[in-house]
Amino acid sequence: MISLSHYLVLGAVLFALAVVGIFLNRKNVVILLMAIELMLLAVNINFLAFSHYRGDIAGQVFVFFILTVAAAEAAIGLAILVVLFRNRQTIDVEDLDILKG
Amino acid sequence: MNFEQLLFYFFSTVLVAAAVMVITIRNPVKAALFLVLTFFTAACLWILLEAEFLAIALVLVYVGAVMVLFLFVVMMLDVNLVRLREGFAEYLPIGGIVAVLLVLEMAIILGPQRFGLGNFPEPAGHAADYSNTRELGRVLYTAYVYPFEIAAVILLVAIIAAIALALRRRKDSKYQDPRKQIRVEPAERLRIVKMPTEKRG
Repeated sequence: MISLSHYLVLGAVLFALAVVGIFLNRKNVVILLMAIELMLLAVNINFLAFSHYRGDIAGQVFVFFILTVAAAEAAIGLAILVVLFRNRQTIDVEDLDILKG
Repeated sequence: MNFEQLLFYFFSTVLVAAAVMVITIRNPVKAALFLVLTFFTAACLWILLEAEFLAIALVLVYVGAVMVLFLFVVMMLDVNLVRLREGFAEYLPIGGIVAVLLVLEMAIILGPQRFGLGNFPEPAGHAADYSNTRELGRVLYTAYVYPFEIAAVILLVAIIAAIALALRRRKDSKYQDPRKQIRVEPAERLRIVKMPTEKRG
């Protein structure tokens, strides 16, 4: 049978892949946003696995809200990206050094 | 290995493979398409977890709306792909080490000793007339109605913010300003010019 630990490890693998994605694609902001979406997906899998094995529907409600916030985040992030590209003609993170951080 | 386990391992393999493709593939359009595959496979796994409503919502909202938005933006931006790949191999070893350590550490914590079937047994199946959507809605509109309304406000703010950010006033576009129009005075529109009368010659 599939145990809760199967799903949790799957979520961990997905989260680690997203972290590596942020390491590897340090230049492309679009791929960075996609990696963030992958992270949220891993968290959602964990929530749903716990909801299933604990018999508590509150986990599904949390996933519902995470989906809402993730959709809002993606929309605003992409809008910022479009404005950025319009002003600087680049989406390379290394060119975005106005703040001198 | 029964059918459910077979499905789980198949979906997990596809999920991880698609996620690897998302972060390693060169072309952002292809990365977005693999992200679609990732989300769709995750929806299949959610069906296995008996979260049917959220699985369908994931397909409709993510695959249908958010990923199309991603594809739209990726195709609209004309980026130099070669420059964006610089430093990829440089960060691969450290990224790989961090990932392997992350998975190992989490696997130690989340292993079968603590989260196996002994501590969390497989829940009993639901009755035939059980509806996941009805149960979710019952909780969402009673206990969680206030967060639900906040979520609606967040979506509204996101709509307005996205439009306000991406809206561009073109210099050559013509538009009317109603405030100026209703405040107009007769003197601004009609100018009476006094001219001396001339004698007929």
